Amino acid sequence: MQRYLLSRLIQSVVLMIGVLVLVFFIVRLTGDPARLMMPRDASPENIQAFREAMGFDAPLHVQFFNYMRGALTGDFGRSLHYRAPAMSLVVERIPATLELALAALFFALVVSIPLGIIGGTRPGSIWDTLCRGIGLIGQTVPNFWLALMLIVFFSVELRWFPTFGRDGLRSLVLPAIALGFFPLGKFTRLVRASVLEIRNEDYIRTAYSKGLLEQHILTRHIFRNVAITLVSIVGVQFGYMLGGSIYIESIFAWPGIGRMVNEAVQARDFPLVQAIAVFTAGFVVLLNLLTDIAYAVIDPRIRYEN
Amino acid sequence: MNSNVNSNKNDKPILEVRDLHVRFDTVDGVIYAVNGVSFDLYPGETLGVVGESGSGKSVTMMSLLRLIPEPPGRIVSGTARFRSREDDLDLLQLNMRQRAKIRGNRIGFIFQDPMSSLNPLITIGEQIKESLERHTKWRGPEARQRVVELLEHVGIPDPDARYGNYPHQFSGGMRQRVMIAIAIACDPDIIIADEPTTALDVTVQAQIVDLTRRLSEELGIAVIWISHDLGVVAGIAERVMVMYGGTVVETGVVDDLYAHPRHPYTVGLLGALPKLHENVPELVNISGTPPSLFAAPSRCPFEPRCPWAFKTCRERRPALESVQRDGHFSACWYDMEKDKPREVRR
Repeated sequence: MQRYLLSRLIQSVVLMIGVLVLVFFIVRLTGDPARLMMPRDASPENIQAFREAMGFDAPLHVQFFNYMRGALTGDFGRSLHYRAPAMSLVVERIPATLELALAALFFALVVSIPLGIIGGTRPGSIWDTLCRGIGLIGQTVPNFWLALMLIVFFSVELRWFPTFGRDGLRSLVLPAIALGFFPLGKFTRLVRASVLEIRNEDYIRTAYSKGLLEQHILTRHIFRNVAITLVSIVGVQFGYMLGGSIYIESIFAWPGIGRMVNEAVQARDFPLVQAIAVFTAGFVVLLNLLTDIAYAVIDPRIRYEN
Repeated sequence: MNSNVNSNKNDKPILEVRDLHVRFDTVDGVIYAVNGVSFDLYPGETLGVVGESGSGKSVTMMSLLRLIPEPPGRIVSGTARFRSREDDLDLLQLNMRQRAKIRGNRIGFIFQDPMSSLNPLITIGEQIKESLERHTKWRGPEARQRVVELLEHVGIPDPDARYGNYPHQFSGGMRQRVMIAIAIACDPDIIIADEPTTALDVTVQAQIVDLTRRLSEELGIAVIWISHDLGVVAGIAERVMVMYGGTVVETGVVDDLYAHPRHPYTVGLLGALPKLHENVPELVNISGTPPSLFAAPSRCPFEPRCPWAFKTCRERRPALESVQRDGHFSACWYDMEKDKPREVRR
């Protein structure tokens, strides 16, 4: 167990260093980062001044050393637009984004797990048709379109929820549904397929041969095995939700990281974009690490692996 | 079939199966998997069931407590009278709850592949305890103690420490011992063992056979031992039932049936066994292929492969008929002993 976790931890650190290196070089890939970051109609003098201010005139290895030293202390330079340290701007937005992503994840899981189990245990039934339908719709409806439709129907027509902003639980409902709908479809399909598959396993037949009741077999024997598959996809989807929330946060004017990406890219605010990229990547790496730990908790074959 | 030879001749059968029909509805059509199987099982005896893959031996036994997948499986008709000290009921008429009370309690199961028959996420101790807590009054530490005793009984060394181990920490043979512990946990009347040694090494096979025989004798459990290995069956069973194409083609006491097989299929099976003390230049087989089960059998299922087949075999299906020796039955139109077609009552 310790060795397993240690190796995953080392992998995560190596991955993070890779991300940092990648972010550094992508900005410099086109040659001149100053020209890239400045508006197209900027004068040569302005570009030159900017280049010196940002330290882009130093040799590459010096720039890299400074960048990495900054990155390790969370310093990604100052946002050009907000004129404040980029990383602290990102950190400020974390609660809003996390709140939305968690709410969306909760919504997706609460609906998809029961639905997938019902579909998987009664293949071919009306419930199963419903389960497969929702799975398909969830994965095919674009979330920005869904967000607009939700606003039109529930905010404009019925006036149940605010159309935008972050102001209490009521304002969280629509963006969470819009953001959680794709993972909901994905989880439903996955849980259904997984339940179907595990119900055919020999050890489930053994469970039935012991005279155990349906309910007991479902919770103790089937669901724990489904959880292994579910955990892997939940981690990945949660990572996607941070990225996918760019549209949703923009549509609902949700003051999170997603909306900040939109603004930062439009304003060519490279230090901010870099900070967001590193932060998001770091978050995904952390999720992967948590997923691996969850695996070990659920599956003894990993826990006792040498 | 009222003159079966058994270890306790005066006992009534603990299990009487009559005219069982099981079908599978598939996209390619209906598979007639079991076609009118009847047999008796007496208290404490071991009945070997042999036949090739698809002969219906597993489906027959698994159908008794509806452990076949339904759908596509469908038990069309038949009765299975189970008569123990407490019960006298038709297994096929039970509802789900009643069936769950018999499973693992009065009738235990052992399956073919011990690698996949145990839940990988639950300790083996818990998997045995589950059965106890479902069917007996044992709970908590007492149940745990009983599980440790069971593990010891089936020959697992250091059972107290092994209680908390997971299936992947056991070898195949040890897992099969755990399966046996589950099967005997609630002191059942019958154990149905579905090819329990097929997936194991030969030496481990022998250990599992010995263990099962010992436990069956000690605890007075009747065993239905399904196998395609005639040698293993000879070593454990008192009576044998040979199945082909979803029907019973021959049944009798082991020694008698092996020495004087009366059905051409059994003759072929025994002829195909390589003998250790003879120089065998080439392995013998039964020519032809197993029957298609996509049609209801109207004739002898073995007829296309049978060297003795004649006109009647193509027209009518033979029923099990007594052949001279006590308890020996064969479903064949040809009389092997007289070497001529049997007289058929039209």
